[in-house]
Parts: sequence; structure tokens; C-alpha cells
Amino acid sequence: MNGAKALWATLASHGISTVFGYPGGAIMPVYDALTYYPEVRHVLARHEQGAAHAAEGWAKATGEIGVCMATSGPGATNLVTGLADAMLDSVPLLAITGNVASHLMGTDAFQEADITGITLPITKHNYVVRDVQDLPRIVAEAIRIARSGRPGPVLVDIPKDIQLAPYHGEIPAPHARPEIPAPSQDAVDRALELIRAAQRPVIMVGGGSLDAAAEVTALARAWDIPVITTLMGLGAFPSSDPLWLGMPGMHGSVAANRAISEADVLIGIGLRFDDRVTGRVNGFAPKASIIHVELDAAEIGKIIRTHVPVRGDAKVAAQMLMQGAQPLDRPEWKAQLEEWKSRTQMPEHWGAGYAVKAVVDRLGPDDILSSDVGQHQMLAAQLARFEKPRRWINSGGLGTMGFGFPAAIGAGMAEPGVRSVVIAGDGGFQMTAQELATLKMYDVRNVKICIINNSFLGMVRQWQEMFHGKRYSEVWLGDSNPDFIKLADAYGVPGYRASSAEELPAAIDAWLADPNSALLEVVVPHEHAVFPMVPAGAALYEMLETEPARTPGPDMAEVAEEARNA
Amino acid sequence: MTQATTPPQREPNPEQLLSILVRDEPRVLTRITALFGRRGYNIKSLSVGSTEHPGVSRMTIVVSGDRGVVEQAIRQLEKLHDVVRIIDHSLEKYVDRELVLVKVAITPENRVEVRQIAEDFRSRIVDVGRHALTFEVTGDEGKLTAFIEQMRPFGILETMRTGRIALTRGSNADIPGHVYHGETQALKPAVQIEQPREERAREVPNLF
Ligand SMILES: Cc1ncc(C[n+]2csc(CCOP(=O)(O)OP(=O)(O)O)c2C)c(N)n1
Repeated sequence: MNGAKALWATLASHGISTVFGYPGGAIMPVYDALTYYPEVRHVLARHEQGAAHAAEGWAKATGEIGVCMATSGPGATNLVTGLADAMLDSVPLLAITGNVASHLMGTDAFQEADITGITLPITKHNYVVRDVQDLPRIVAEAIRIARSGRPGPVLVDIPKDIQLAPYHGEIPAPHARPEIPAPSQDAVDRALELIRAAQRPVIMVGGGSLDAAAEVTALARAWDIPVITTLMGLGAFPSSDPLWLGMPGMHGSVAANRAISEADVLIGIGLRFDDRVTGRVNGFAPKASIIHVELDAAEIGKIIRTHVPVRGDAKVAAQMLMQGAQPLDRPEWKAQLEEWKSRTQMPEHWGAGYAVKAVVDRLGPDDILSSDVGQHQMLAAQLARFEKPRRWINSGGLGTMGFGFPAAIGAGMAEPGVRSVVIAGDGGFQMTAQELATLKMYDVRNVKICIINNSFLGMVRQWQEMFHGKRYSEVWLGDSNPDFIKLADAYGVPGYRASSAEELPAAIDAWLADPNSALLEVVVPHEHAVFPMVPAGAALYEMLETEPARTPGPDMAEVAEEARNA
Repeated sequence: MTQATTPPQREPNPEQLLSILVRDEPRVLTRITALFGRRGYNIKSLSVGSTEHPGVSRMTIVVSGDRGVVEQAIRQLEKLHDVVRIIDHSLEKYVDRELVLVKVAITPENRVEVRQIAEDFRSRIVDVGRHALTFEVTGDEGKLTAFIEQMRPFGILETMRTGRIALTRGSNADIPGHVYHGETQALKPAVQIEQPREERAREVPNLF
């Protein structure tokens, strides 16, 4: 058995069934060995970034590790965006890269890149395998590191000669999952003291509580405390529950942002207070004592002063915080929250929001919804309703355009029995559109792509409109967008289109009813802004609830003319 | 500008002293310094050497910044797979030393005076030239700074400092647990090292 075979044997012994990748010279022994391991499926993406995001989508949907693979140099560097994305969203990911032969490493050999150097700050850990006898042990250890504690990406770089060298050892069995430490009773007692005395309590849950959804839900109901779910935490608490206040932050709901600003006790569970969530930090929850339940000690007190740090497993912490729970009777707070909730505006007129709502309203509780990055993402996060965790997949931390579609493929392949819907913008879809070929090649039938086509890089356009005097610089795509239906057709993927509120329902019906993976293009008006919005640098209580009256801005032609004359 | 503004006076940053035990593997130094660099924490001095455990190196880092900076740095360090243990010296008594080589310009007239000062500092001469003497001085930071200041009027040609190194005082068994960070080590596989001898195992409680 050579190193390459030992690699596959180790992956197989860890229950890894699917690897997303792309071959090349420096990883050929691995691809050769693949033919001996039919129990592991290799999915050929059309770009290594697509492979990495697909592996992330797999991991986000299942909670299990995603695996991607690339050759040396350009193959490996194409994984970088996916690794950075997985790092910021705490996604367990194993990346395997081939490299030039050991004796060539460091010599600027053909297709050599120092990938462990490049990925040092965007991986939890990385390795170069220098002795084939270490290879299976390192891969097993990499899987353990990726999954343990706060999950994240781990890269294993394997020089070509190591792939070919004979391996004599055993194939390691998976490490037992390390136990997650339980929080101290002392910290829990201090938190309980605050909760019992609270007049205006609120719970805020993030991506770190997805696997503790049942416990968090029970906790909130037992104390009768309202719940805010961050972009990453959507689904950790059922949207249908009257206690749900929506999402906080830059495009958060009125109720969530006002509740944070007025709360006297804020219980944060499994989150890291991203600046898109907090707004101006010294204006965040200005009246609240903060209880922060978090596994990663480095996150406690990093951004927001914490009054009671509760370090440990969110599941166990939520259970411990139920000690002696009885519904808090806070009628004034509840009434205030109801008033804020009533200020939620649903899109009534034709536009991107209307289209997104029409699509997400058609989803069931088991359907997976992915999004790309931009206005459509914020609209989907605002308008979709989730009853379960791990049904919402998006790039929260890095905000990676091009993420949504391949992630939806990964999620769809992980759960072939459910619908994997992705909402993307016309801009972001084109960053990884070539993955349409992957749908074709593997006859994936459950991926439904919805492109909200506003002919603009909408989110950037919105900022230019609001903060740069409507100087629309390099955000117009209208003249150069492809015919998305024809593009899909070229890959053998059926396409549907709607351009008005009237056409939309029938188009959605046909798109969802299609037995294949299919694409729906919704052509919407060019100018649409996402609100509510907290302007960058403002505090949450300074949010703009509705769009200010549009002021007439300079005409694009005039702007161009001025520029020419200047 | 019409108004004269005085720039805000910055308090000099306090210094924090950390020892970090790390696996002796390629890129460890990069990983650690990158962690500090990325957060804009300035490393004032850094020294690395081997330890009594094969496979484990020890780094002493002096960082400028307040306690918050160091606490955040420690928590981030704890997450690194290569980090075996972190010792925060501000929590316990420690001894620290630094070594400096100083090359001083001399003339026939001041030669004796220079040597006398060096003797006062228990400094050794490690090189004698016609126009320069090179001294070796060991001590804590204050002593080294004082030595350099004493020599400055004669003309310092070159200096090189090793950076500080530190050890906690007393037998390690007496050191309260909170000085050591890195309980997460339980999650990490044992470092490939020789079994420590019996007495050392006692002296360094559950180090690995
Ligand atoms: C890879 C990458 N490049 C640039 C950006 C900056 N960016 C954020 S949103 C956005 C516009 C997205 O436009 P589109 O995909 O059409 O979606 P829309 O906002 O119109 O819904 C851009 C360019 C990004 N997030 N990711």
C-alpha cells in the first residue's frame, strides 16, 4: 500500500463518503489510488473554490466534516477562499492538497506554492507530511482537530513522493470525539441570579448553538424569554414561536435591534459578536448585563464586555440555566416587544424582496435554503422562516460571493432526499456558475437555483446610493449579463423566468415541479434597497427602519459626461 | 488650522512577559508571531530555545500592551495545536535574565575608566581590539539598560541583546495552577517525548 492508498483507506475508515476535488500533476497518485476505493465518492467540481464551498455546504447541512482536495500550486490556492470562509464560520473542513516532490519543495518548482504558509492564518491547523509513515496518523489527527472544540478547516499537504512511498503501518480508527467541557456551576449560578432579577431579558443565539437548538428552545420557553437568532443562528430557534424576534444587526429586525438596545440582561449563546451584529460596539446593549455562553474562551470578552462568562458546551449550559426556571412575568416588556414586532414590514410591491418572499414562502421545514452574498441574502435571512437548525446555509463571516451555489450542491448531495434551494444574485452566481456542470455530471436532481436578477451588484449599489451620492461606480451588470436561461440550457439544466408579480407564481410552480435540478431567473427592478438598516459605524438603536425618501441623484449619463470633461 | 492642538500624550505601554512551551515543529515560530502580528500586538523581545523535554521548545515573549491584550493573546495561543503550555509571568514571581554584547569605543585615555565601569557591573570582556572593547553583561533589564547608559558617553559602536528569558521561581510544584494556561492540552495528543524521569514528573505536575 502506498501513501495515496493509505490516505483513502484512512478517509474511508473515518466514514468519509464524499470528497469534492479536482486533479492535477502533483496529486495524481491519489487520483490513481481512488480507483481502488469505490466506497469513497469523488465529486469533480469545475473549480477548486467550488469544491471547497461544496464541502462546506455538506458540512453545514449535516454537521459532519466536509472534505475537499486539490493539486499543488494553482489548485491549492484556489481553495484559499473556501478555507477562509470555513475558518470564519467555524465549519469542520479537511482540505487535502498534493505538492511537488519533497526534494523540490522550497525551490520554486513547477506548480509549487507554499500552501501551508499561505493558509497559516486561515486554517485551524495545517500540516506538511514529511514521512509516509506519519500520513494516516496526521490525516486522522487533522479530522479530529477540524471537528473538536470550535470546528474549523485543517489542511494536509502531501508531497508527491510521499503519496508514492510504501506505507507499512495500520490504518487508524477515528479518534473518539473529545468531550466538551461543561460550564462551572458557579458561573451558571451567577447567570441565574441575573436572569431571575431581569426586567427586560433577551436571549441571542448564534451558529454555535445550532446543535443545541432543542435545549435553547426549552430554555427560552421555560423562562419565557424572547429569542433573537443571528444570521448564523437562524434555525436554532423556531421562527413560528411567538418568542422569536428575528435577526439582529445591520439588516436585523426592528424588534431584535430595539430589544438589544433596551434589554437589561442579554444572554448570548454560541456567538462571537461580529461587527455586523453589534453595530457600534459601545452602543451595543448599553443597558444590559451580558451573560456569554461560549465554548471558545478567546471569544469571551473579546469584543463585548461580559458580566458573566459561562464557558462550555451550549447544550449543557442551556440545560443548566433551566435550573429553577419559571416563566418571568414581565407584561410591559412583552407588550413593548409586540409593538416593535408589529413594525415589521413585509414587501408588498414587486421587487427583489417580493420575489424572495414568494420563493421562501414555498419552502417546507426540511428544505435546505442556501444563499449567496448581497441584498438577496439579507432579504432571505429576513424573510425565510426556519423551524429547524442546519436548514440555512450561507457565508456569514467572510461574506463570500460565489459561495451559495456550490454550497447548495454540497448540501443537496449530502441529503439527496430533500430540496436544496439557493438564492443568488446575478453578480455572485457568475462567480461559480460553472458548477452547473457538476449538477449535470452527477445527475443531481434536487438543487433549485433562484437568481434574483437586478442587473446590479445590488448591495454595493445600495451603499453607493446611500453613502456615495448615487455615484454608481462599477456596479452595473445589465449590459453584460448572460441570458441565464440559455446558460443553464448549455449545461443541460432547465431554466424558468419571471419578470413580474403576475408571472412569478406559475414560474415558481414549474421550477419546483421540474424533476431535475433547475434554474429560475427572477428579473426585478434595478433599484431596491434592503431595510431596516443600521448604517456602518452606527449603533443598533440608530437603525433606519424604513427607506428614507429617495432624493433625486445625478443621472448616470451626466456623471459620465462630467468625468470625461474633468 | 486655526487652533493649536497638542497631540494626546500616550502612556508608555506596560510590558507583559509570557513563556510559551511549543512543539518543536516547522513553522511554529511563524504561527506564534503571526498570531501576535495579526492583532497588532507588538513583540518587544522574543527568545527561543530547547527545553529539558526533547521535542519541546520554550519561547519567552515580551509584549507591550495592557492586561487585556495579553489575556486575549493567551486565549488565542491556547487554541494553537502546537502550543503545549503558556506561562503568564505576571501572576507569579519569576527570575528573568538577558544577555547583551556591547562594543565600546576606547581611547588610551579612557581605557581604564571603561574597564572599571565594566567591573562594577560584573561584566566580562569578550573581545579586545585596539580601538574597541566588547563586553558581555547578563542581568535583568534594568541592569543592562544602566550599563549601556554608563557606556554611552564613550561611544557605543554596536550592541546586541538576546531578549529576555524567564523562569518561575521555586519548585514548579508550588506554583498555583492558575499561572499555567492550556487546560485544553487534554484535548491534544501527547507530544512525542521521552517519559520524564520520576522526580521530574513530580516537579512538573501533569505538564503533558
Ligand atoms: C468575492 C466577493 N467579492 C466582492 C464582494 C463585495 N460584495 C458584497 S455584496 C456585492 C454585490 C452582490 O451583487 P449580486 O450578486 O448581484 O447580489 P445582490 O446584492 O444584487 O442581491 C458585492 C460585490 C464580496 N462579498 N465577495
